[in-house]
Amino acid sequence: MPAKTLQWLFGALMAAFLIVPLLVMMPLAFTSSLLLVYPIPSFSFRWFVELFTLPVWQRAIVNSLIIGFGTTALATVLGVLAALGLRRRLPMIGGVIRTLFMLPMVVPAVVLGIGMQILLARIGLANTHLAVIIAHTVVAVPFVIVSVSGSLAGIDRRVELAAASLGASPQRVFGKVTLPLAMPGILTGAVLAFATSLDEVVLTLFVAGPNQRTLARQMFSTIRDNISPAIAAAAFLFIFGTLLLAAVVLIVRRKKEVAAI
Amino acid sequence: MMSGKSFLQKSGPFLLVAPLFLFICLFFIWPLGSVLTQSVSDNAVARLLPETAKVASSWDGESAPGEDLQAAFVTDLRAATDEQAVGDMVRRLNSAQSGFRTLMSKTLRAVQETPEGLIDLVALDRKWSQPQYWKAITDALSPTTDRYLLAAVDLMRNDAGEIVSQPPEQTINVAIFGRTFWISATVTIFCVLLGYPYALLITVATGWKKQALLAAVLLPLWTSLLVRTAAWFILLQEQGLINSALMDLNIIAGPLALIFNRTGVIIAMTHVSLPMMVLPIYSVLLTIPKNLMPAAASLGAHPLRAFVRVLLPLSFGGIAAGSLLVFMSAIGYYITPALIGGAGDQMISSFIAFHAQNSGNWGMASALGIVLLVVTIILYAVYDRLATQRERSA
Repeated sequence: MPAKTLQWLFGALMAAFLIVPLLVMMPLAFTSSLLLVYPIPSFSFRWFVELFTLPVWQRAIVNSLIIGFGTTALATVLGVLAALGLRRRLPMIGGVIRTLFMLPMVVPAVVLGIGMQILLARIGLANTHLAVIIAHTVVAVPFVIVSVSGSLAGIDRRVELAAASLGASPQRVFGKVTLPLAMPGILTGAVLAFATSLDEVVLTLFVAGPNQRTLARQMFSTIRDNISPAIAAAAFLFIFGTLLLAAVVLIVRRKKEVAAI
Repeated sequence: MMSGKSFLQKSGPFLLVAPLFLFICLFFIWPLGSVLTQSVSDNAVARLLPETAKVASSWDGESAPGEDLQAAFVTDLRAATDEQAVGDMVRRLNSAQSGFRTLMSKTLRAVQETPEGLIDLVALDRKWSQPQYWKAITDALSPTTDRYLLAAVDLMRNDAGEIVSQPPEQTINVAIFGRTFWISATVTIFCVLLGYPYALLITVATGWKKQALLAAVLLPLWTSLLVRTAAWFILLQEQGLINSALMDLNIIAGPLALIFNRTGVIIAMTHVSLPMMVLPIYSVLLTIPKNLMPAAASLGAHPLRAFVRVLLPLSFGGIAAGSLLVFMSAIGYYITPALIGGAGDQMISSFIAFHAQNSGNWGMASALGIVLLVVTIILYAVYDRLATQRERSA
């Protein structure tokens, strides 16, 4: 069956095209060479040491964590509240509001970046961590809404009605029924918000001052100016961090599925 | 009591949505509004020359300007102490009338040296007796302008105020928009050509193969865009993996030029965009009954004919959605062309960022941004309409 073989050859090549670029970075994080090329002369932790000891990288990591967690908190709170509100059918404007909340995913980052820089300077927030957190939250919030709305849509209304008919107050229904059932969606949204903030470069270029340089921003200029294997080490942290967060979400989801059975 | 509760119930959803609504209005709508305002505002000159503006209306615009205009101009220049604002004004004037830069530096020096009294501007420089220099100033006193928006698509107003194309040596923006759309279209086509068969393969695959093929599409979506771009940098560079592999296999003698050119940009952008094409197509293919193709075959259709007449039309919605998604995001790309492309592969976003950050020309940056924004929003509206249509028919 040559057609079948051809099919799978295509599938394998495509899968390789999609996956290999995600993997090539990993080994280079442990190179002892000054250059970001294969073959790797010998195994070394020097670039991780540089990442954690060189002030520019150190500060970038700290900034990324501050801004990442700030964005996660702000985007999750705003997104969860809005998703709860959008769950009811808002007369007339529901669709418009939902579209409005999704638009930051669509608008070109450079255009939003210019506007943010103009506005944040005008209201006196230029070159602050808060400015970067706000900018990242705008683009992270759609992810929270999508994932929370998804898990809210999966909740059987009758469960909430049953709880209410058994005498639970609305607050209690929310705290004991709705919120736990929506938790996997909220966690997924929070992780996506964090990942979005971690990876954001373009808005950061516009709104961050030298003291708010994030890891992504630092990687961007390092690739541009002097390619050092430090970016591979930083990329390793990125991938490792994302996988770790994804694992957390997966475990929570599993637990919830088991509980549902 | 009852009415209070029903009020709360009714307004509850609005109260929940309100914080994000305010946040989005403040930090999303307002910034975009600022971009729009910036693209039509022209106050670099007007804000420094309030006195000049007062007397400018009495000047006929053709004769040599009177002493009152000259005096007002000198008064304004004496009051202007913000060096950056003065720089902005000179840049703005020089873009309207060449020769202003040298003229103004000469004049500003004279104003500094003579802190009081009248200055004979014409004696200082003969240019001040020519009306076109004064015309450039008075033209720039209006707070709004369409010059940036016109320039964004290589148009301008001539002396009579009619809209004409810019002289050919100054046209660049249409070419850059063209390049942006061309690169994005190429990437979209590659994504369709590679993504459609791949999505089809996922649909027919079973067991671990299906899981593996799906994982290969989903994993890149989870991985940072920056990391993916950096990875392509490593793969494509001169001593990169692709070149060394090809040279080790003796397929090529010397390294291929894969980075800092169009090839590299298209390869990397196709990789980044591919999942956005595969997933919508896959979700449409899932809804097509499995027995249609065998049915067509049993009626005697050649497999290719069955594909073209049955499967392709039914999955067209997925291709359209995927293509719009890929094209729409591609035209706004900044990072990938900036890191992988050469000077001739920079897309419109790079030029917008350049105007804003390197040359401080916020008006031009905003006008180009507005054009890009409008194109993106139109594409999104089409996408949104297609998506709701599909939802309704499903």
